[in-house]
Amino acid sequence: MDMTALLLSRIQFAFTISFHIIFPAFTIGLAAWLTVLEALHLRTGRPVYQVLFEFWLKIFGVAFGLGVVSGIVMAFQFGTNWSVLSKMSGPIQGPLLMYETFTAFMLEASFFGVLIFGRSRVPPWFYLFSTAMVALGTTFSAFWIMVNNSWMQVPSGYVMENGAFVPNDWTKIIFNSVVWSRFPHMLLASYLTGAFCVAATGAWYLLRREYHAESRIMLRMGLGLAAVLIPIQLFFGHLCGGYVNTYQPAKMAAIEGRWNDEKPGSEVLFAWPDVENRRNLYAITLPPPFGSLIDSDSLTAAETGLNSIPPENWPPVVIPFFSFRIMVGCGLVMLGLAWLGSYLSFKHRLAYNRPLLWLTFLSFPLPFIAILTGWFTAEVGRQPWVVYGVLRTADAMTPFLTTRAATISLVIFCAVYAFIFLFGTFYIYRLIRTGPRGKLFETPHDAAMPNRPMSLANVGSIHEQGHVGAGE
Amino acid sequence: MVMFWVLLLAISILLYVLLDGVDLGVGMLFGLTNSEIRRGAMLSAVAPIWDGNETWLVVTAVTLWGAFPVVYATLLSAFYLPLIVMLLGLILRGVAFEFRYKTQRMRWIWDLSFAGGSLIATFIQGVTVGALVEGLQVTNGQYSGGDFGWLTPFAALCGIGLCLGYALLGACWLLKKCDAEVRDVARRQIPVLAVGVLAFLMLVFAYALAEHLPILHRWIDRPYLFVFPAIGAVAATVLALSILNHNDHWPFYMVALIFVSAFGTLALSFWPYIIPGVITIDEAAAPQSSLMFMFWGCGVVVFPLMLLYTVISYTVFRGKVGTTAGYH
Repeated sequence: MDMTALLLSRIQFAFTISFHIIFPAFTIGLAAWLTVLEALHLRTGRPVYQVLFEFWLKIFGVAFGLGVVSGIVMAFQFGTNWSVLSKMSGPIQGPLLMYETFTAFMLEASFFGVLIFGRSRVPPWFYLFSTAMVALGTTFSAFWIMVNNSWMQVPSGYVMENGAFVPNDWTKIIFNSVVWSRFPHMLLASYLTGAFCVAATGAWYLLRREYHAESRIMLRMGLGLAAVLIPIQLFFGHLCGGYVNTYQPAKMAAIEGRWNDEKPGSEVLFAWPDVENRRNLYAITLPPPFGSLIDSDSLTAAETGLNSIPPENWPPVVIPFFSFRIMVGCGLVMLGLAWLGSYLSFKHRLAYNRPLLWLTFLSFPLPFIAILTGWFTAEVGRQPWVVYGVLRTADAMTPFLTTRAATISLVIFCAVYAFIFLFGTFYIYRLIRTGPRGKLFETPHDAAMPNRPMSLANVGSIHEQGHVGAGE
Repeated sequence: MVMFWVLLLAISILLYVLLDGVDLGVGMLFGLTNSEIRRGAMLSAVAPIWDGNETWLVVTAVTLWGAFPVVYATLLSAFYLPLIVMLLGLILRGVAFEFRYKTQRMRWIWDLSFAGGSLIATFIQGVTVGALVEGLQVTNGQYSGGDFGWLTPFAALCGIGLCLGYALLGACWLLKKCDAEVRDVARRQIPVLAVGVLAFLMLVFAYALAEHLPILHRWIDRPYLFVFPAIGAVAATVLALSILNHNDHWPFYMVALIFVSAFGTLALSFWPYIIPGVITIDEAAAPQSSLMFMFWGCGVVVFPLMLLYTVISYTVFRGKVGTTAGYH
């Protein structure tokens, strides 16, 4: 076992999956937003909704394409770097990932084509239906991924046979409380990402005094949706804390910076965990029973501290401790922005409040940071296990993987991803800067293709689309 | 049940080779020309289909993991570096389809990544097959060949052979889909590539004789296997005739048939092993509870729909593409 190769493999997986999650998180939210826009367009008949739809569909196309491309790698990485895991858990994780690929392909590939070509070729209700099906497809993808990951967090519904996890109860694997608190948590996070990106774009246009009608709708709907969803998101976040407290006491203790068993527990708001000496420096703490109240919904419950868990079963304490706080911090800032903005919007004063417009504009990275740090909390907090309590990460790696091979692969992954990411993000930025009615490129005969989401962005203005057909 | 998944896996791999072989081949030929008009037409010939084609690679990977986890784990970890380089090659050429039209100054970068990515991905796929035919070095169920154990002269030969093969497939596709200059160039390239592929196949045969590759023995044991090479030979003859007759459509189907016969030959000579000499299909299969779970959803419902969707999208984009249309 090569310890450097192990570390490099973990960094590589973290890097590629963090890069990947940015795009699906964005597109799941955007797909839902597109469905809402199309429904509003059908109901009210106001053209502004169609303008917004066409505009966001282009951005959806680019982000979706980058998500697909970076997702292909994930289907291989389990086998290349984690061959022991994929051999052992293949009977469970393989079929789950297969369902993910197959349902995503079915819903996205077939209905995405309609979204691109269809406006003039299918009846309006079917166009709306196709939009909803694409949104459903992205949701299904997220669902299977969450089932897969939740099984690694809290394995269930299996027996061990010949060193492999053999499924004996799929209902338990798919329908358990862990999945059904984490899946909504992720889904809501994606909706919030979409909502904040939309609101930030609206704020940007208002600051530049452009696209007045469109940007007011974007601001009002984006912030309004967030104002309703964030409290629900906090509730599901709390439910996720519940499963961690029940099944993963070491992760919980690391998140809370709790060293000693307490009954009832106190709550560390902020501190610098000093792992060496097993204590917190500069701690700001709420007295008992706040810790028990937050972790166990009880005034008297006993809470486990890291000292009563053998150190070889500890996660790296500092990372979950801080990433959890950054996630919650982002969530609270977003809550404040969404509530204040919605209140001002209700009073018709938001469009003139430039400081708040600036804040909303600058807030678009917050949901992405919250999603990434949330996943860091979940995944780093799961360490040293890959399948919690059963298989250690160190034992799951490809045993013959060398430091040399792992270094080469990590370096080229970073180089290629950075290259593509910079270009792709720059391109999305250019699309958004140009705005809903702008004409970006004058390339002739550009119709987009089904299966080729990114080509959507070539289509100049919405009026041209009807004339340009397949394969012309 | 195991047979069902073997069949599904075989169909996925064959479809991947045939379909993505076309656009990888076009990608390599793309690197041989400098004319923007020809490049545009070549891209147009594969632009509507490449992404759907690549889906079959992902389908192959997840089918392998779900139905034959041991094979997934063993092969992917054994081919660690080549697979990762191949994936990055596929990514680079995939985004190049879109990004090259977003820029003028940097277009050469995306053209380079399109041709280079196609070449690298194809070469590695050939090397992988070659290394499998030669036999993976496995001790106690675990690959023991080292970081570069797969890179043998025979495997490299197979890599070059597949590059020629995909390029031939791509050239025949251009002949079928394009007109004017692109078609004429393709018509000149096809005999050269066809002779190259033929020479490669003979070289492989000679090498196999000289080295006594284990697979060759299986051939001598089962003479009925020669049905597939016979089909290939017939297809090659028809290919030669159709080239002489300046037919635009037959060459593509004949080359595809040659690929099918080569695939059939290889698959049947592996049988009943799934990794030659290491593990058989029955040993590698996932437990019944996993196979059944996938069968009712993915196997019976979604897979046929995917096949149907592939047929429909190819029907939609049938016929020649114009040379003047800039993009497709």
